[in-house]
Amino acid sequence: MSLLELKNVYKIYGELHALDDVNLKVEKGEWVSIMGPSGSGKSTMMNIIGCMDKPSKGEVLLDGVDIAKESKKNLTTIRRDKIGLIFQQFHLVNYLTAVENVMLAQYYHSIPDEKEALEALERVGLADRAKHLPRQLSGGEQQRVCVARALINYPEIILADEPTGNLDEANEEIVVDLFHKLHSEGTTLIVVTHDPEVAEVAQRRIVLRSGKIAKEVRNENFTGKIRFDS
Amino acid sequence: MIVALLSIAIGATILSGLVSIYYDVPRQMGAEFRNYGANVIFTAKDDSFTLDKVNEGAAEFESGSVVGVSPFRYENVRINEKPVVAAGTDPEGVKKTSPYWMVTGEWLEHDGQLLVGAKVADTFRLKEGSVIDVSYTPQTEKQVDEKGERIAIEDNVKTFTVSGILDTGGSEEEYVYMTLADISELAGGGSRIDVAELSVSATGDVLKNTVSAINDKVSSVHASLVKRVTASEATVLTKLQALVLLVTIVVLALTMICVATTMTAVVAERRKEIGLRKAIGATDMSIIKEFMGESIMLGFCGGLLGSVLGFVFAQQVSVNVFSSSISFRPLLVPVTVIASMLVTGLSSLMPIRSATDVDPALVLKGE
Repeated sequence: MSLLELKNVYKIYGELHALDDVNLKVEKGEWVSIMGPSGSGKSTMMNIIGCMDKPSKGEVLLDGVDIAKESKKNLTTIRRDKIGLIFQQFHLVNYLTAVENVMLAQYYHSIPDEKEALEALERVGLADRAKHLPRQLSGGEQQRVCVARALINYPEIILADEPTGNLDEANEEIVVDLFHKLHSEGTTLIVVTHDPEVAEVAQRRIVLRSGKIAKEVRNENFTGKIRFDS
Repeated sequence: MIVALLSIAIGATILSGLVSIYYDVPRQMGAEFRNYGANVIFTAKDDSFTLDKVNEGAAEFESGSVVGVSPFRYENVRINEKPVVAAGTDPEGVKKTSPYWMVTGEWLEHDGQLLVGAKVADTFRLKEGSVIDVSYTPQTEKQVDEKGERIAIEDNVKTFTVSGILDTGGSEEEYVYMTLADISELAGGGSRIDVAELSVSATGDVLKNTVSAINDKVSSVHASLVKRVTASEATVLTKLQALVLLVTIVVLALTMICVATTMTAVVAERRKEIGLRKAIGATDMSIIKEFMGESIMLGFCGGLLGSVLGFVFAQQVSVNVFSSSISFRPLLVPVTVIASMLVTGLSSLMPIRSATDVDPALVLKGE
């Protein structure tokens, strides 16, 4: 059984079909990237997979459970237990330190554990920045805190929305390396990106156009390492 | 948040201050009303009563609430062969129960002195320092002897010095006042009291209940309220307290509006954070608990600050308006804090409701 399966999924806003009969399977431990131009339905798909929205039609099976039929409260529970979210804008709470931002995810999941949160920061190479506020961190460091927060509760899937959109090349490489590390540990990754270099690192690349899957490319030379053209 | 804290603190200050004044107004106004004379009168149930009974009755009032007691014994006396009503009293007691008496010269202070009502002084052309004889004809049952001849009754005569002239604008100006000892000596003995006036610092039901307790317990004394004083005192107090209550309610309502507006602004400002919290697993209940916790904590701090400032505010009002200080009421601190917590909690309901409506997907897209 696939970890995630979208069956004939539609998302319709009036006349607009943001998703139009989308079918997709993501296996456990797979690294998938989703590409497409603006308005192609990437964000809508991410919101639905991330349990933040429901499809107008179709089934979305996450670990065998059709999340399209779940209540708002259950979707929150599923999101909390199974999904780790990484955002382009990082979305760290500005009055909490790096370690407290990581512990925030623990707080809603179970019990905050500073030691574990520090270990997560260590995994992303930020152990020495644990007590810093977001404004004292660079963009790349903030994104790494965001990654640490996403993985702290051992989610089934890490869902990243333009994770390198606000980063320079050096930090982009660091974040992609982190994804590679997580993937090699068995974490399932779904990365929505505009950046072809980041998209090409994944095992499978899906291209959306006008709410439909226009292309699906399997990376035969998967290394998990980013290759810059220049 | 600082604005919300300040508005709660100001609201709590006004609340605490006005409640202090609300409870202190009866005492303050009571003291003011005591300037208008006695509010309780003891009269004889049957014929007369004694000073002991007056004291027994006065002891029924709460300790410290009796401002003054003035017993009166009235006798018909004569000055220059003209009849005048003389009142024997306790001069110190009268000073307290009738502070509005205007005396030209000296107050009655000791035996041998006479305080003369203005009308009597006019009639006899008396002034401060005048020396006059006051005579009293003893009352006897037998006016004739066995032979049917009229018995000559010798008057008791006592010489007094006029200490001062009394001006009240009322019937008191038609009397002469002397000490109880003098009137007893003049009347040939006895310790009869006809009326006693009491000035008591109490209002409403307390006064009524004590008066009826005196009527039940103290024999030979009939206590009653001076309605024109007690009723107008009650009316003024009720109106003042109603005004204070109204202002308190208006202030609380304004505080609620201010807190609700501030909390709405806080929620709007933190929409992204709320969205993030929901995205990483916060349920609506967690959001409600967090914001309600913050509001209640705000109410606690504001209430604590306000209860201290409120006492200072009430003290200033009391000193400037009533020229007396108020006592600190410790119970008002928890009451103010709880009221502030309730007000902030209630004011935050609508903003918190809007916080739960934040859609994490929309917020995280920066919409």
